[in-house]
Amino acid sequence: MTESAVSRAQPTPTRTTRPSLLPLVLDGVSFTAGRQTLLNDVNLAFNAGALSVVLGPNGAGKTLLIKLCHGLLRPAAGSVNWSDPAAARRPDAQAMVFQRPVLLRRSVAGNILYALRVGRVKRAQRPARLQEALALAGLSAMAARPARVLSGGEQQRLALARAWALHPQVLFLDEPTANLDPAATRRVEEMVGSIRSTGTKIIMSTHDLGQARRLADEIVFLHQGSVVETGEAAAFFERPLTQTAAAFLDGRLLW
Amino acid sequence: MTDLSSAFSKAIKLLIDLEPALVEIVQLSLSVSLSAVLLASLIGMPLGAVLGLFRFPGRGVVVSILNALMGLPPVVAGLFIYLLLSRAGPLGEYGLLFTPAAMVIAQTLLVLPIVAALTRQTVVDLNDEYAEQLHSLRVGPFAMIATLLWEGRYSLLTAVLAGFGRAIAEVGAVIIVGGNINHVTRVMTTTIALETSKGDLDLALGLGMVLLLIVFTINGVALGAQHLARRGQA
Repeated sequence: MTESAVSRAQPTPTRTTRPSLLPLVLDGVSFTAGRQTLLNDVNLAFNAGALSVVLGPNGAGKTLLIKLCHGLLRPAAGSVNWSDPAAARRPDAQAMVFQRPVLLRRSVAGNILYALRVGRVKRAQRPARLQEALALAGLSAMAARPARVLSGGEQQRLALARAWALHPQVLFLDEPTANLDPAATRRVEEMVGSIRSTGTKIIMSTHDLGQARRLADEIVFLHQGSVVETGEAAAFFERPLTQTAAAFLDGRLLW
Repeated sequence: MTDLSSAFSKAIKLLIDLEPALVEIVQLSLSVSLSAVLLASLIGMPLGAVLGLFRFPGRGVVVSILNALMGLPPVVAGLFIYLLLSRAGPLGEYGLLFTPAAMVIAQTLLVLPIVAALTRQTVVDLNDEYAEQLHSLRVGPFAMIATLLWEGRYSLLTAVLAGFGRAIAEVGAVIIVGGNINHVTRVMTTTIALETSKGDLDLALGLGMVLLLIVFTINGVALGAQHLARRGQA
């Protein structure tokens, strides 16, 4: 099980003094598709440090919220504000991993090197960043394999490693384990833990209560396009403030 | 029947001896068609990618024209280039008519729509899959074109081979703008047409076999490329 030992290797914290992007403030954000309002008047602030989990049933609007934060979608109303908007456009500002990993038709290493190149990481730094990211994902032995023949879990770890290779300040994860079996899920969660320990701000969505309990520092509970409850994770799971959240925690939420 | 079999054995002998007349014709054929495919790819791939990725007024019209031109009859392409290059034509002053350059231009016109239309389709399909990820990585428009072309490399190779197949096998365009002049613009297809009408079957048959061999090889390479593409997508 040497491979598993490699995957638990702690990545070296490389935080240098960069202008902080956080807090990320959502101010009255709504999103509509046709006549349907999919997100309604979301007001949130994400601060540095804590791992934030956007929790909610399928169709609550979790993916939309993550994509709006990341800038892939524009809100119909309201605004998404980084504390330093210019810095938020830098390649090392923010990265995202999608529910279904989107890998290029290249080798495992080629995928990471691609991100480093478009992220304008200096050529001299790329080999070290590559090795670091491969080790983090436990994929060092598979560096030369075509990325798209990897297993689902390996693909998602590669997508995480590729996103992390740019050393983003903020990392968005959209249901990173939704399509994975328990063992693969555990390894992805270990990776998320390692990345968190470098000081990277992680904002992830999940519908998986167990995962939220294992990873979250703070919870944003989303239901039918609205933020129902936010708060510190332990308190949320212990004493939810709303009926809806309590029902979801009991597994009897109707929607 | 004996005529035919003696022509056949003479043709084989021409091939084995690498008869200079035959070699010269094959070389010109290959260099004209390969140049045309190279030119058409240099123009057609970026053009197809731009048409697939970016919205601008008139895009639909260009795409429709491109798709229609995939079936452009070679003689019409030849006639069009002939009119452009003839003494009285707008490009007449360059004296290109009845030169290999004119043949390259005519075949480029035939291959370009194939390469551009197939590139567009490939890029559109890939973009559906990659758009969000590439936006997330903040890949700019030019890098995006380069990335999607590279990701579609096996499909694009198939497009290029299809274009080459069309160029090497057509006779209508090259005979009009080239004139089938011995030692100057005589290629495989025009020679086959001429020699057959003269009744000299041996050279025609020999060239026909070379042409067949080339077409089979192209198909083999195209199949291999598709196999690689599927493996990459697994």
